[in-house]
Amino acid sequence: MSERSALSETGSTVAPAPDLTPGRGTTSHARDIGKGFLVKLILVMLVDALGVYGIITAFGIGHWPIVISLVVGLVVVNWVYFSRRMVPLKYLLGGLIFLLVYQVFVMAYTGYVAFTNYGTGHMLTKEQAIERLQEYNQVRVPDSPTYPLTVLQRDGEIYFGIVDEGKALVGSAEQPLEEVSGAEVVQAGETTQRIASAPGFETIDFAGLLNLDQDISTIRVPWSSDPTSGSLSTDFGANGFRNQPALTYDADEDTMTHVETGVIYYADDNGSFTAADGTTLTPGWRVSVGFDNFKRMITEERLSGPFFTAATWTFAFAFLSVATTFALGLFIAITFNDERVRGRKIYRSLLILPYAFPGFLSALIWAGMLNRSYGFINQTLLGGAYIDWLGDPWLAKIAIIGVNLWLGFPYMFLITTGALQSIPSDINEAARIDGAGPFRVFRSLTLPLLLVSVTPLLIASFAFNFNNFSLIYMLTKGGPVYVGNEYGLGSTDILISTVYKIAIEGGGAKDYGLASAMSIIIFLVVGLVSYIGFRRTRSLEEIN
Amino acid sequence: MAFQTSAPDTVQYRDTRPKGQLWWRQIGWRHVVAVALIIYAVFPLIFALSTSLNPGGSISGSSKLFQNVDLANFKKLFAETDFPSWAMNSIIICTVTALGTLLMGASAAYAFSRFRFRGRHGALTSLLIIQMFPQMLAFVAIFLLLLSLGDVFPIIGLNQILGLIAIYLGGSLGSNTFLMYGFFNTIPRELDEAAKLDGCTHAQIFWQIILRLVLPILTVVGLLSFVATYGDFIIAKVVMQANDKFTIAVGLYQWASNPRAVPWSLFAAGAIIAAIPVVILFLFLQKYIVSGLTAGSVKG
Repeated sequence: MSERSALSETGSTVAPAPDLTPGRGTTSHARDIGKGFLVKLILVMLVDALGVYGIITAFGIGHWPIVISLVVGLVVVNWVYFSRRMVPLKYLLGGLIFLLVYQVFVMAYTGYVAFTNYGTGHMLTKEQAIERLQEYNQVRVPDSPTYPLTVLQRDGEIYFGIVDEGKALVGSAEQPLEEVSGAEVVQAGETTQRIASAPGFETIDFAGLLNLDQDISTIRVPWSSDPTSGSLSTDFGANGFRNQPALTYDADEDTMTHVETGVIYYADDNGSFTAADGTTLTPGWRVSVGFDNFKRMITEERLSGPFFTAATWTFAFAFLSVATTFALGLFIAITFNDERVRGRKIYRSLLILPYAFPGFLSALIWAGMLNRSYGFINQTLLGGAYIDWLGDPWLAKIAIIGVNLWLGFPYMFLITTGALQSIPSDINEAARIDGAGPFRVFRSLTLPLLLVSVTPLLIASFAFNFNNFSLIYMLTKGGPVYVGNEYGLGSTDILISTVYKIAIEGGGAKDYGLASAMSIIIFLVVGLVSYIGFRRTRSLEEIN
Repeated sequence: MAFQTSAPDTVQYRDTRPKGQLWWRQIGWRHVVAVALIIYAVFPLIFALSTSLNPGGSISGSSKLFQNVDLANFKKLFAETDFPSWAMNSIIICTVTALGTLLMGASAAYAFSRFRFRGRHGALTSLLIIQMFPQMLAFVAIFLLLLSLGDVFPIIGLNQILGLIAIYLGGSLGSNTFLMYGFFNTIPRELDEAAKLDGCTHAQIFWQIILRLVLPILTVVGLLSFVATYGDFIIAKVVMQANDKFTIAVGLYQWASNPRAVPWSLFAAGAIIAAIPVVILFLFLQKYIVSGLTAGSVKG
């Protein structure tokens, strides 16, 4: 109480003349120069400052989508928080921005990437790819003049210095050649000059070159910021010569031509430049490939096999997880649903320990216990048996279901206990008087009544296990791995771990397009399952 | 007092509890089942504890329980490994995420519960639909998004604690608004109206009145958010790439997946430390969590 009055006192000293007439606050709180307004002003100013900084940086690197979304975002933020009418939005906007960027946008982006060839070798836009191709493929200009070269050093970085048309030019692999003022230029031949020293740079002599860690023959200094203008390189550090891109781009024909061989590479539909003989230039660029990724899942043999087994196993795993944990949880709930059993509280606390223990840790501990050679299960419980729990396709599946049973039964025990309590006991008594045995009562009364209340939770549990990445990844890592599979897929991979391996941690190439296409399929399945659960809970009726 | 305790129960009340064989058939077996199940439930945890106390133990030396008992692993964990920084990362990430989730979720629930505005019904329905699609399924797009965001704002790019927090906050509105919304609706609107008549602005009503009244649901949601963030693996694994930026989940996975590089008992010690806060929270707040569970959130 005292705290609150102190607050309002300080509030009134800050605000010059708080108008406390009723209704005033609701019509024009933006004009109240109170504490709240100051806080709001400072927060919005901070957001604006950050946003403007972001716009400038994004503009600098030419990242238009970010520039546009930041501009729109800033306008909306300022409009909402300084307007008088947008009161509900003031409370929604913060969360909404995060939701839009990190959930709605990424979902939409997944949809977009699924229809492209985005992935290793196709990471860039076409302009970036052309630039990169010209930058990386350079040949010495025939009959070009050589330049007496000076190797310089600044902050541990190697610079090349030459004199061209009377100008002293210095540049590094990172920084194109640029004229330096104050360089000392000396005659190096009849017509050529070289730089003896430049302010701020340390000149490296021939002896110093031998001690350099870096191989200077690999350094290419861009001639200018335009990648087509070529680069400066050297063999031994004495003379420099000019390189030009080996590939020239013809924008009208959309072709790349090799300067020396004359081979013409045509831009193809798959986002690469390809010559007539089928050789392609890397890197390529991202293009839309339509439903190709989806088709590949079905038609390409090395993908379709693992994909279909993973899909089947995902359904089986999710279903069996729910079925086994529910069966055990229900059994325990019924066993302890008798008030005459003493110590039920202690039993319950101990039984929910697996649920309280963080799931990722449990999976790792079980993986250790199931270790083929040293694990506790084989060594101690089975007396030194050598059972390959995690290395055999079928045993690994059984191990996963078993560990998941351990992880999941306490949850089912908790929810079925709750549901059992809500079933009126007089129904059971009535049935018993009518002559029904305990099993009959359970089958015809308790179970159906129970299912009414727990089905939505069972569906949610199914959806959860459908994507139970951490259990699979930590227990078996999807293994045992199929022999020769390029993405390292294995027989216990569920769909989401398949996506993970294809996109992030495959054997070699990362294929974001294919991975996103698979994500879409999981999205659809999970969405459908949740929709069924959602219809059952009738959550919509709560919105009024 | 002495008189009362010396009087046997059977003199005053007839004992209706079953005895002997009947007791065994109706109740006794339940205790046997309980003991068997508790062994099943607790055993892996005992095993982890035993391993963690075994100094320098490898996975092969952990097949006898409590052979050697020593705290060496725990000392080593904090003195010689990256574990402390992982724990710090996890605590920072989970706390900030939980607080941000509460702030954004409570604001949204307040708006939906207290104001009637155009598009409200549509917004609530969209939230329900978005909620059906777990954010973790879009980790490829999240990875690519952070890759580009990192060029502009390095601090929310890949391998950044703030970047990871922002992703978790992105998922907070969808999954928590409804839990809170239902609770907000149970707070009588007359309270706000009275405050409004007294000259309170909507901001004062929210911060000083409503937030205090909804404290129970804030506790539950904050806790669930903390535990869920703590246990997340896939998004943290995709975003965090440097050893010192790992969360506990990613770091301990790294150890366990390569038992030759890191002693198994050191991993077990890390697991015990990592589990203690969550287990304690869980046991103390059991009833809140159970009510939260039945309201819709789910784990394994």
